[in-house]
Amino acid sequence: MSLPMGRAQREIFGETVTELANDDPRIVVLDADLGSSTKGDIFEKAHPERYLQMGIAEQNMLGVAAGIAMMGYIPYISTFVSFAVVRPLDQVRVLIAQTRANVKITGAYAGLFTGQAGKTHQIVDDVSIMRAMPNMVVLSPCDDTEAREVLRWSAAYDGPVYIRLMRDATQRLFEDGHAFRFGEAVTVREGRDVTLVSTGAQTSRVVEAADLLAADGIDAHVVHVPTIKPFPAAAIVEAAAKTGRVITIEEHSVIGGLGGAVAETLSELRPTRVQRIGLYDIFTESGTNADLLELYGLSAPKVAAQVGALLREG
Amino acid sequence: MSEIAAPAALDPRELARLTEVARRIRVEIVRTVAHAKAGHLGGPLSAADMLAVLYFHTLRIRPDIPDWPERDRLILSKGHSSVALYAAMALRGYFPLEEMATFDAVGSRLQGHPDMLRLPGLDMSTGSLGMGISAGAGMALGARLSGLDARTYVILGDGECQEGEVWEAAMVGARHRLDNLVAIVDHNRLQQFGWVASAAPERTPHPPHWGGELVAKWEAFGWRVIEVDGHDIPAFVGAFDAAARPDGRPVAVIAHTVKGKGVSFMEDRYYWHTRPITPEELAIAMQDLGEPPGPQAAETAGGAR
Repeated sequence: MSLPMGRAQREIFGETVTELANDDPRIVVLDADLGSSTKGDIFEKAHPERYLQMGIAEQNMLGVAAGIAMMGYIPYISTFVSFAVVRPLDQVRVLIAQTRANVKITGAYAGLFTGQAGKTHQIVDDVSIMRAMPNMVVLSPCDDTEAREVLRWSAAYDGPVYIRLMRDATQRLFEDGHAFRFGEAVTVREGRDVTLVSTGAQTSRVVEAADLLAADGIDAHVVHVPTIKPFPAAAIVEAAAKTGRVITIEEHSVIGGLGGAVAETLSELRPTRVQRIGLYDIFTESGTNADLLELYGLSAPKVAAQVGALLREG
Repeated sequence: MSEIAAPAALDPRELARLTEVARRIRVEIVRTVAHAKAGHLGGPLSAADMLAVLYFHTLRIRPDIPDWPERDRLILSKGHSSVALYAAMALRGYFPLEEMATFDAVGSRLQGHPDMLRLPGLDMSTGSLGMGISAGAGMALGARLSGLDARTYVILGDGECQEGEVWEAAMVGARHRLDNLVAIVDHNRLQQFGWVASAAPERTPHPPHWGGELVAKWEAFGWRVIEVDGHDIPAFVGAFDAAARPDGRPVAVIAHTVKGKGVSFMEDRYYWHTRPITPEELAIAMQDLGEPPGPQAAETAGGAR
C-alpha cells in the first residue's frame, strides 16, 4: 500500500496554533526570525499583537517564554528545532523544565528534511536529549492529522511539552477523526512475525515497508509511538510478547531515542531481542529528502530490506 | 547620558528602618553561611542594601499572598547570592527566620540556588547565569499584554553581564519598549576569579568607573541607565522612584557596590566570593556588623541551628 501525501506539519502548526488562539487569549507565539519558514506567519496575520518577535536570539527567547508563561500565557516557539532545543538547552533545562513552565517547544525542521540545509539544521538527537529532561513531555506525531491533534492536546496540558514537527509534506497515515491519546501507543498493523516500532513521519514509511515485507511472506506487527515521554511501556511489552522479536526504526540517532527507550523498557520488563534501525552516531549531510532516506536506509524499500536481512540472520 | 540617582528625601525613621533591615540582612547572610559551612558571601553582602530597599520600600508585594497576581516580580538572576534574597524574604515575613538554618541542606526550601517550586514568593528559579533577565523580559511582556501595571525587577551581577544572553535580552527589552522592566546590576567589580590586571596582579577590583563600560553598553542597547551608589539607601529609593516613571525604555540601575560590604576583612577581596568562615572570623564579622555579642541565633532559635 502506498500512502497518500498529506500536508506539511509546519503548515498544520501555523494553522492550528492560530485556531487555538482564536478561542484562547492566553496563546502567544515567540518567533526567532523564522516565521516565514515555520509558518508562524499564519499566526502573525491573525493575531499580530500576540506574535512576539524575539529576533535571532534563541537563548533569550526560551527565557522570555518561561517568563511570559509565569504570567499566565501559553507560548509556542517558532524556530527550527535545532535552535529551539540544543542551542538554548540550558534555558530549557533551568527556566522551563525545572519550573514546569507552560511552554510548548515547537517549530518544525526535526529530522533530516530541512530543505537541504544539512548538519546544522538537521537534528537527530533531540529525542534523546529531551527524553532525559525531567518534567518534559515529548511528542512525535506521524502526519498532518496527528500533528493537528497533538497541538490541540498540548494547549490543554499545563506544563512543558516538546513537539517534534517536520518541515515537509509527509505521507498521511491517519484519516480525519483519528484521535491522539496521550501516553498511548497505536497499533497500525497487526502481524505475527516481528514487531516494528516507529515514531514520527517514519511510521508511514514503516507501514509501507511492512507491505513490502508481506509480499516476501513476512507478517510484521507495526506499533506507532507518538508519545515518547511518558513512554507507553505496557503497550511495548504487549507488542513484544506478540512476536517475540522487536526492531525499532527512527529518523533519529539510535543512541537514546525511540530504540533506546524500547530497549530499556524491554530489558527491564520482558527481555526480548531488540534491534535498532536509525542513524549510527554520525553527523548527517545535505541532500534531497528522497536521497537522504536512501542514504540513511530509512525509505520504505530500505527499511524492508534491512528488516528482512535481520530476520534472515536469525 | 546616564542619570545619577537623586537621593530621595526619606523620613529619618524610614531611613533608620531600612538601614537596620540592611544590617540584619548582612548578619543573616554571614551567620547562615557560617552555619551551613557553604554558600557565597561577597556577592550577597554587596546586594544587601538593594534588597532591603526593594523588599521593605519599593516592591508592591503581599508576603501573606505570595502569588498575588498584581504583585511586582523580582528575579535574582545572580542566583548564587540566594542567601541574601532569603534573608530579605524571611525578614519581610515570607517564612520564619529560623528556617535560614536549613539553607543548602537536603529537603530545604532554601536551595543553594533559588527554586521557585519549593519556596512561595520566588518568582523564578535561577542559578545558571544570564537567564534571569530573559525571564524578566517575558514577565514584563506578559504584564503589558494583560494590562497589569506590575513591574519586574531583575538583579544581575556585573560578572554575569559577560553572558551573551544578557545582551540578547537587552536587545529585545529595548525593541519591545519594556519600560516596566528594571535591571539592577550589582556592580561590585569582582567575580569569582576573573582577570589579573597587569597593574594589579592580586585580583584587586577594578577602580569604580562611573559612566564606564557597563553604562555605555546598556545605553548602547537602548536602555535608560541610572547610576547609584549601591550602599546609599536614599539614593536607591530615588533611583527606583525614577525608574517607576516610564519613558518607553527599560531601565538599568547600575549600582556601584563593594563586594563583601560591611565585613572589614571581606570588602573588595575576591576570594570571599565563596569561602568557609572560621568561628574567629565570624566573631569579627558580627562585631563589624554591629551585632551585639551573646548567644548566636543558633541558641535563640531553639536549637534549630
